[in-house]
Amino acid sequence: MADRRATPELVGQRVAAAIPTPRPAARRLPPAALLLVGAVALLVLAGRRLGYGLAEYAQLLVDGLATGSVYALVALGFVVVYRVSGVINFAQGAFVMLGPMLCISLLGPLPDTAAGLLLAALVATAACAASGALLHRLALHPLRDAAPLARIIVTVGAYVSIQGIALKVWGPRPYVLPAFTTLSMADRLVDVGGVVVQAQSLWVWGTALVTFAALGAFFEGTVAGKAMRACAVNRTAARLVGIQVDRMGTLAFALAATLGAVGGIVLAPSTRPTFDMGLELGLKGFVASIAGGLVSFPGAVAGGIALGVLESLWAGVVLAGFKDLFAFAMLVILLLTFPRSRAASEESA
Amino acid sequence: MTARLRSPWTAVPCAVAVVAVLDLVEPFGVRLGHLTGGLLTADLAVRAGLFTIVLVGLNLLMGYAGQASLGQAAFYGMGAFASAILTVRAHVLGIPPEVVSAWWWPWVVMAAAACAVAGFAWVVGWVILRLRGHYLAMATLGLGIMVYIVLRENLGMPHLNLTGGFDGIVGVPRLRLGSAALWPVGVYLLVVWAAALACVALGENVVHSPAGRALRAIHGSEAAAESVGVDVGALKARIFALSAGLASVAGSLYAHFQAAVVPDTFGFVPSLELVVMSAVGGMRTVWGAPLGATVVLLLEQLLRTHLLGLVPAVSGELEPVVFGVLLILLMRFRPSGLVQAAPAP
Repeated sequence: MADRRATPELVGQRVAAAIPTPRPAARRLPPAALLLVGAVALLVLAGRRLGYGLAEYAQLLVDGLATGSVYALVALGFVVVYRVSGVINFAQGAFVMLGPMLCISLLGPLPDTAAGLLLAALVATAACAASGALLHRLALHPLRDAAPLARIIVTVGAYVSIQGIALKVWGPRPYVLPAFTTLSMADRLVDVGGVVVQAQSLWVWGTALVTFAALGAFFEGTVAGKAMRACAVNRTAARLVGIQVDRMGTLAFALAATLGAVGGIVLAPSTRPTFDMGLELGLKGFVASIAGGLVSFPGAVAGGIALGVLESLWAGVVLAGFKDLFAFAMLVILLLTFPRSRAASEESA
Repeated sequence: MTARLRSPWTAVPCAVAVVAVLDLVEPFGVRLGHLTGGLLTADLAVRAGLFTIVLVGLNLLMGYAGQASLGQAAFYGMGAFASAILTVRAHVLGIPPEVVSAWWWPWVVMAAAACAVAGFAWVVGWVILRLRGHYLAMATLGLGIMVYIVLRENLGMPHLNLTGGFDGIVGVPRLRLGSAALWPVGVYLLVVWAAALACVALGENVVHSPAGRALRAIHGSEAAAESVGVDVGALKARIFALSAGLASVAGSLYAHFQAAVVPDTFGFVPSLELVVMSAVGGMRTVWGAPLGATVVLLLEQLLRTHLLGLVPAVSGELEPVVFGVLLILLMRFRPSGLVQAAPAP
C-alpha cells in the first residue's frame, strides 16, 4: 500500500484529480433555469385563477421587461466588479440612486430641453463613475487582502454612508425626473394592440441595448477591456504580463457605477427616485447577477430580464406589499441552488 | 484587588448599579442626565443591555464560528412582535383575557417566542449555513428583509391586523413579577442587565466548552474541523439557533421596555447596526458585546445631541454617514475590534 502511494504515476494522478476540471457552463442546464421555468408556470397558473387573459399577461410582460432591463444593467455592474476584483459590491445600489438624483439636481439650472437633460444625465453619470473609482481607491483597495466579511462590511458601510449623504442633501421626499419623450411629468403612452407601453419603456430598452452593445465592444475591442478580462481569468497571470491589476479594479468600479447610474437615470421618470431607492434596486440587481451565474455578462442580462418579468407576474397575483418578497425569496433559493456558493473551497470561507 | 476590579465581572455590574441608583434615587438632587451632559441616561443603558444580549449571540456566530449574518435584526423583531402580539392582540387569537392579564403571561410568551425563533433559525440554519462568505451574508440579508416585509404586511393576513402594518403595535404592557411592576426605568435597567450578564456568562461558557473550540475550528477551516470529527453542519445550525433565541429574548424585553413596536426597527439598517456594534466591540470576544453596544450607542447619542452644535449647517440625523465611515475605518485599521481576543485557551 505504502509503496503504491509513492509511485510518481500515482502522485501525478492524484495531483491531476485534485485540480478541478473546468466544466463547460453552457452544456448543462443550470438549476436556476429550471427554477425559472417552474416559477413562470406557477405564476401563470395563479394568474389564470384571477381570470387573467392574454392582454393582461402581455401588459405584465411589457412592464416587467422595462424594470428587468434596469436590473440587467445593475447586474452587469456586479459582474464586472466581481470578475475583476473578486468583491461583491454592495454599494452598487448607491449609484443607481445617485445617478438620477444628481441628474435631477443638475437639471434645475439647465434649460428644460432635450440637450439640457442629456447634459445633466451625462454629467451625473460621469460623477457616479468618478465616485465609483474613488470608492475603490479609498475603501476597498487598502483591504484587498482582507477577509471577505471585512470587504462586505466595507461595501455595506460605503452604501450606508452614501445613502446617508443623499438623505442629507435631498431629504426623504420623492423627486421627479421628466420623461425623456415629452420632457414633462406626463409620459406619452403608446397603445400596441391593447397593451399600453410607456414611451419611457422604449427609452429603457433602447438604452439597455446600446449599453450592452457598447460593453461588448469595450471588452472585445479595446486594450483596457481585454486587460480587464485577463484580470478576471487570472489576476496573478495578468500581473505577470504587465497589467496593472489594481488600476483595472478601479476601472471596474467606475464601470459598474456607470452602469448603475445609467440604469437609475432611465428608470427614474417612471418611478419617482428617493434617497433609499438604491437598496432595493441594488439587491435586485445582485439577485439577477446570481441568477446568471455571477460571472457571465449574458447571464446577468438574462437574469435581470427574467427577474423583472417574473416579479411583474408575481406582483400581478399577490397583495401589493408583497411585491418585493419575490426577489429576496429568489435570492435565497438561487444562492442555495448556485453551486459556486457552496463550493468546498477554503478561499471563500 | 486591582486585578479583581479590572475584571469586567466586577466593573460592569458596578457601573450598572451606579446608573440605576442615580436614576432611581437622585442623591442630593444629582441627576444622571445632568452629570453626563445628557449623554448617558437610564434609557440608553437599557438599550445597551438589550443589544448586549443580541451581540453575545452574534459574536458567537460571526466572531467564533465565522458565519456572517446581515439579518440578525429579523430575529430581534420576531421576538419583539411575538411579545407584542400575544400581549396586546391576544384577543384576536382567542386567548382568554384572564390569562393575558396574568403577570406570568409575558414571561411565558418570552420563553416560548425564544424557543420558536430558535427552532425556526435551526431549521433555516441547516439549509442556509451551507453557504459561505459573501453568499451567506447575502442570503441572511435576503432572509432578514423577507421577515421585515412579512412583519410589515401583517403576516399576509390583513384581516387580522396582527402586526399593525407600518404603524406596528402600541400599548405593550410593562413586565411584572408577581404584583410588583418592574418599572420605573431604573428597575427595568437592573432586569435587563441581569439578563445581559447572564447571556455573557452563557457565551463565556460556550466559548470555553468543547463546542467553543469546535466553533473556532470551523472558523479556521471547515474541512479540517470535519476531519477531526466536528459535526460542522449540526454545530453551525445550533449556534445559529442560539444566536436567534438570544435575539428573540432581547426583542421581547425591548417590546416591554418601549411599549410600542414598529417593523422599521427591525429592517436592514438595524441588522447592519448590530454588525457595526459587534465589529466595534470585537467580534471574537464575548465581552466585546457590552462594550460595542455601549460605545456605539453613546457615539450615536453624542452625534445626535452635539453634532448640531458643532456643524450648524447640519440638520437632521447624520448617524448613517458616520456609521458607514466608522465601519470602513474600523475594518481598515482595527479589524478585530476594540477588545482584542484573548489567546485561544
